[in-house]
Amino acid sequence: MSEAVPHADSHGPEEGHAAAHHHTPPSGFIRKYIFSLDHKVIGIQYLLLALFSVFVGLIMSVLMRLNLTWPDHKWPLLGTIFKAGAPGGQMSPEFYLSLVTMHGTIMVFFVLTTAPQGGFGNYFLPIQIGADDMAFPVLNMLSFWTTLLGLVVLITAIFVEGSTAFSISLHAKSGLAKFAETYLGGGGSGTIGPIGGWTGYPTLSALGKIAGPGQGAGATLWITSIAIFCVASLLGALNFITTLLNMRTRGMSLMRMPLTCWSWFTTAILALLSFPVLLAGGILLLLDRHAGTSFFIPGNLVVSDQLLTQHAGGSPILWQHLFWFFGHPEVYIAILPGMGATSHILSTFARKPIFGYRAMVFAMFAIGLLGFFVWGHHMFISGMSPYSGMAFSVLTLCIGVPSAVKTFNWLGTLWGARIRFTVPMLFAIGFVSLFVAGGITGLVLGQTSLDLSMHDTYFVLAHFHLVMGVAAIFGMFAGIYFWFPKMFGRMMSDTLGYIHFWPTFVGVYAIFVPMHAMGLVGMPRRYASFAEYVFLNKTHPLVMLVTVAAIVTAAVQLIFLFNFFWSLFKGRRAGDNPWEATTLEWAVPSPPPFDNFGGRVPTVYRGAYEFAVPDAPEDYVMQTTPDERAANAPALAGAGEQGGEVTGNGHHDGHH
Amino acid sequence: MATTTATTETRERPRAKDAARGLGGARGGPYPPGRGPNGGPNGGRGGPLSDSDGAHFRIGAWVLIAAVVMLFVAFTSAYMFRASMRDWATVELPRVLWLSTALILASSAALEVARRRLRRGERAAYRRWLASSLVLGGAFVVAQLLAWRQLVAAGVYMATNPYSSFFYLLTGLHGLHLLGGLAGLCYLLWRAGLKDDGAQRGRGTARRRAAVVDAVALYWHFMDGLWVYLFALLFLWR
Repeated sequence: MSEAVPHADSHGPEEGHAAAHHHTPPSGFIRKYIFSLDHKVIGIQYLLLALFSVFVGLIMSVLMRLNLTWPDHKWPLLGTIFKAGAPGGQMSPEFYLSLVTMHGTIMVFFVLTTAPQGGFGNYFLPIQIGADDMAFPVLNMLSFWTTLLGLVVLITAIFVEGSTAFSISLHAKSGLAKFAETYLGGGGSGTIGPIGGWTGYPTLSALGKIAGPGQGAGATLWITSIAIFCVASLLGALNFITTLLNMRTRGMSLMRMPLTCWSWFTTAILALLSFPVLLAGGILLLLDRHAGTSFFIPGNLVVSDQLLTQHAGGSPILWQHLFWFFGHPEVYIAILPGMGATSHILSTFARKPIFGYRAMVFAMFAIGLLGFFVWGHHMFISGMSPYSGMAFSVLTLCIGVPSAVKTFNWLGTLWGARIRFTVPMLFAIGFVSLFVAGGITGLVLGQTSLDLSMHDTYFVLAHFHLVMGVAAIFGMFAGIYFWFPKMFGRMMSDTLGYIHFWPTFVGVYAIFVPMHAMGLVGMPRRYASFAEYVFLNKTHPLVMLVTVAAIVTAAVQLIFLFNFFWSLFKGRRAGDNPWEATTLEWAVPSPPPFDNFGGRVPTVYRGAYEFAVPDAPEDYVMQTTPDERAANAPALAGAGEQGGEVTGNGHHDGHH
Repeated sequence: MATTTATTETRERPRAKDAARGLGGARGGPYPPGRGPNGGPNGGRGGPLSDSDGAHFRIGAWVLIAAVVMLFVAFTSAYMFRASMRDWATVELPRVLWLSTALILASSAALEVARRRLRRGERAAYRRWLASSLVLGGAFVVAQLLAWRQLVAAGVYMATNPYSSFFYLLTGLHGLHLLGGLAGLCYLLWRAGLKDDGAQRGRGTARRRAAVVDAVALYWHFMDGLWVYLFALLFLWR
């Protein structure tokens, strides 16, 4: 290779191959599975991290339900683990609040943000665009390990203040508590963690130990964890965007990409532009806590019977602006990959092209774009000017339009189809159902006048759990059941899948529909106990119903867990393309080889959803199938004229 | 190259047809128009191998810059929000900041000269200008630290007033990001000092290495522009 002069052209495949073949398969266990540079291994690492986190979060939500339903009951096991947080096994209100905080933080960051993007996106984006890896493999590895560091710091936040937390690890823990006392500004409360909620509103999050148990070292670690997570997400987003822009294979034009790729791309852009704002807020908050600044803390606060004079002039509203400027796009970061997976799966099992491919792409971008201008709807009761309130309200309602476009296109895809009701298909349809059910109340809450009375009630709780929580989780389940054969070379059990789906689907509605009613009655969020709220006594049967449904639904997830691990070893062997799907990941072996395409560069001839193509030998045509093979040459001329209509998404390929 | 020419012809016809139907996305032929045989915008090799021409370094640098811009946009809005509160007070800015501004501008200019020399193949001159850019960048950091010391000597600390908080915060974070740029310059200098410039060890083509230089230069110029912006903000919006 010549030295100073850049090659004008170097298209010789073998030369390019030699230059670019910077990774050969690693042989050692550590380089292969732990510090791996392979996007597929990193994707699975992300998925396992999210799987761990989701069960931690799930257990926390069940504990919350137990406390709400039987507030006086003593749970001996809890008393053993959290001696101070649950003395004698009875959960203290602070313990409940810290459950709320940690459940929200873990679920939002380490499940909803991590699994769909870091997990599935990492694994399938490069394969679906025909690349051999991400653009920056080392950076990719670093993003995962940074995310894991964030999780470890977050979990430390649970235990750092509880000097009686773990009687087993007495030694390590007392060291930890001492470290917390010395360097993090406080400790020794003995609860489970910070109690400020996942939104971490100042001033209570900015004041340290004085603001309550868990708000000392625990809250410092909580903020640090979020900041670390921001950095990890930024690195990931950078990688996703660069990969998608630069590494699409021959013929993979933007409008031929699977909708999953579009959703990961949009999500990465949202993450890239919103996480820095949260990072900025986190830095300001840490400075307020530890450097004596007053960004968020107003003067002369009285907290825990003490007058605070060392701060002056700050505004807690500033944090709300920064937080929600991130927080609202974050909702779409959680849900958009689910939308992509759902579109992909609906089309595959409806055996029809996705209805309105371009409309789907533009709707996705419209949702992402509008998502940056609606953060104020989280702050309607913060005393904002009614004019800004109205602007935010109108913009919020506008999001209903692209969301409806997507919903109608999903229904259009299903319309008149001979649907294959596989397990991933059921979860994808479940996604549509939950997205509509949860999204429709967004139109209610988006109106200032209604939100004023519903803010911080169970109505809001039900709304966002359905639309961004459970719907996104259903998207993930759909993705797991759909891609498991590709990732691990074995099918998951269908029977167990159906047994998992139906109780979960019914269960989540049984949990969250009654919460709407509780909210309308006026039940406030985040309260540990309603004993003194007599007007809520009548809701008790509903509270009980929700709790029972939550316990059953949570228990059913063990079936999924069993299915996952059992199928890893005992599942039926999957072929390369068990679902008869069209995209590139199904053109490679299951699981794909180290560099995905065995050193070849795949060529793409058509759009991603060519199902039910007339004159084709099968009812689907893969993206890699050349035209000569897709149809008999004489018939193609006739098919060509009407191809646009027939294939639906305009991916007629006139190259003949 | 041969593949490109071969397909150019077959590509034209369906494209016109699709345009007439308004199907912008339904382009015929294996190659999307205007993109050459790879999917990427930079016309290198195809697909999975296209990273070997280094376009991803340039794209990555732009994307990284977008993220840093958002970080400082957030701080700017916080700054303006906070400046509207009643207890806003300002501090006399140290005059050494003008010196540091001149230093970083000079550093940026030196790097640009270096890059042009590299393009002309004058490797020795490239190294010299690169080194001077690095030294000027280091001098900028020293000048910034001097400014901090002067403020501290005047009794202005992080928590003195909101303006000083923002001053330390913005200069500090800019400095932190700048250290990344300095590391990049060091890397370039180290690599420029190698006899074979890494080429013999299979570290990619000359084009790829030029792309790394471009990416570092882009980031460094951005650091320059960011400082000018922050200085203007701190100086004018008081």
